[in-house]
Amino acid sequence: MKASRSLAEAVAVVAAGVVAFPLFWMVLTAVKPRGEVISTEPRPWTTRPTLDSFVRALTVQDFGRYFLNSVVVAVAVVALSMLVAFLAAAALTRLRFRGRTTMLVMLLVVQMVPVEALTVPLFFLMRSVGQSVPAFGLNHLGSLVLVHLAFSLPFAIWMLRGFVAAVPVELEEAATLDGAGRFRFLWGVLFPLVAPGLVATSVLSFIHAWNDFLFAKTFIISAADNQTLPLALQVFVKPDDNDWGAIMAGSTLMTIPVLVFFVLVQRRLVSGLAGSVKG
Amino acid sequence: MTTARGQGRAALAYLSPALLVLVALLGYPVYQLVVISFFDYGQEQVSGGAPLEFLGLGNYSTLLGSAKFWSVLGQTVGFAAVCVSGTLVVGAVLAVLSTRIRPWARTCLFLAALGAWATPAVAGSTIWLFLFDANFGLVNSLLGLDGFSWTYGKWTAFGLVAAEVIWCSFPFVMITLYAGIRAIPTEVLEAAALDGASGWRTARSVMLPLLRPLLIVVTIQSIIWDFKVFTQVYVMTGGGGIAGRNLVLNVYAYQEAFAASEYGLGAAIGVVTTLILLAITVFYLRALRRSGEVL
Repeated sequence: MKASRSLAEAVAVVAAGVVAFPLFWMVLTAVKPRGEVISTEPRPWTTRPTLDSFVRALTVQDFGRYFLNSVVVAVAVVALSMLVAFLAAAALTRLRFRGRTTMLVMLLVVQMVPVEALTVPLFFLMRSVGQSVPAFGLNHLGSLVLVHLAFSLPFAIWMLRGFVAAVPVELEEAATLDGAGRFRFLWGVLFPLVAPGLVATSVLSFIHAWNDFLFAKTFIISAADNQTLPLALQVFVKPDDNDWGAIMAGSTLMTIPVLVFFVLVQRRLVSGLAGSVKG
Repeated sequence: MTTARGQGRAALAYLSPALLVLVALLGYPVYQLVVISFFDYGQEQVSGGAPLEFLGLGNYSTLLGSAKFWSVLGQTVGFAAVCVSGTLVVGAVLAVLSTRIRPWARTCLFLAALGAWATPAVAGSTIWLFLFDANFGLVNSLLGLDGFSWTYGKWTAFGLVAAEVIWCSFPFVMITLYAGIRAIPTEVLEAAALDGASGWRTARSVMLPLLRPLLIVVTIQSIIWDFKVFTQVYVMTGGGGIAGRNLVLNVYAYQEAFAASEYGLGAAIGVVTTLILLAITVFYLRALRRSGEVL
């Protein structure tokens, strides 16, 4: 029994090593000096770590600008989608009205739409939007904010519904007795209580917007200044003569925020749930 | 409390921003996708140089009559099948393994899996490209294949992309199945052991039936994901491989619409993809209902 468990653990550790290896190789390549990267005998260590590749990625390839663009899009998507989804989730759980069930079914159906198939109509939609409001048209970051807002809403509403439903109805009655109007209750009572749910939901929206390659590629055609990270990274990869050090430094910069959020959301979720049980 | 009418009005106010966004940016585009697929919509029509011509099902008959469409469809199905089975096998094996090891080893495995899961698709694709680079890649140096290009050949390119897709999608299967196995009451397993069932017998006759609903969910979810892979194929094969031999449906639609400016044809491919996924989804929901899952 004990021997078989040790064997299972050995297999698990090897599997973990294999799975984590590409990420290790990415970071290692990013801190290797140039000569060791472009080598036909790559070694799995370096004795002379350097940040040269990061400097090249940020200066020569202007990665800082694309990083900022990605941050702007993802943060705008998160802020807008949380606001809109919170209002919708509150209405769907707290209010009785005609068509409520229909709305819920529609939300489920909409989640099944393969958004990848919508590039052509969305391209033309953004083209016409751009003719009246350039900031939300093609080649502008606003177009990406709009589509990712739409893509993340159905799931965000669906997920927040559960968190809103977990807040006891008695709280609303108490707030009303204390003279709080619907608006006060919504923002003063309900909003702070569902904050852990908002954090979890917003991380997923953030990751979606941050990782998007297809729509960035479709909408940002000629404005090099408005590219986002995934697009910029792909442009750096040329058929030959790649600056792999800078590419891996760029990949590292792109991956780290997502990794941090993944770890963050786990802790927040757990503490949020524990807090609501205790309170 | 408040009147039903007041609630209705408030609900409309709260829901209107969401409704506006969803109708304008999802509902309307779906309708437009179908409309565009009925027209001859090329560069001239877009710039206003030529009038729009209604083709009816013309784009669809062009598509169904072209050998390329059928080979791309076959490649998409084959590619998705390899990715799905690889993801399920790796995910299930590691999930079972996770239940038999001490927490420290499990934490190692889960942290590595979370890392692969969290890596953005473009970053993951470039890392794998570099690992398998013809001249400076670690894999070629270890195997002594100096200068061998993995992305040149059709099947090695597909294999490389599939490996990357499995790498970043097995964690979902592994963590879901692990949670499922852990949710099986220990009494059930003890009862099986008391009845003299071997470990293999317990897995096959007790755990497998209990995990069936979860297995169906992760299988269909993986099919839906792997059928519409775009980023990995596009980045790793440089837009669908040499002469388009590594195309899958989504990349094909993109190339027809935005590289060849055949927007009508691109939209028609989008409709076909949507219909296939819709069929899988309906099958999914029926399987869910049959296994007694409540929505």
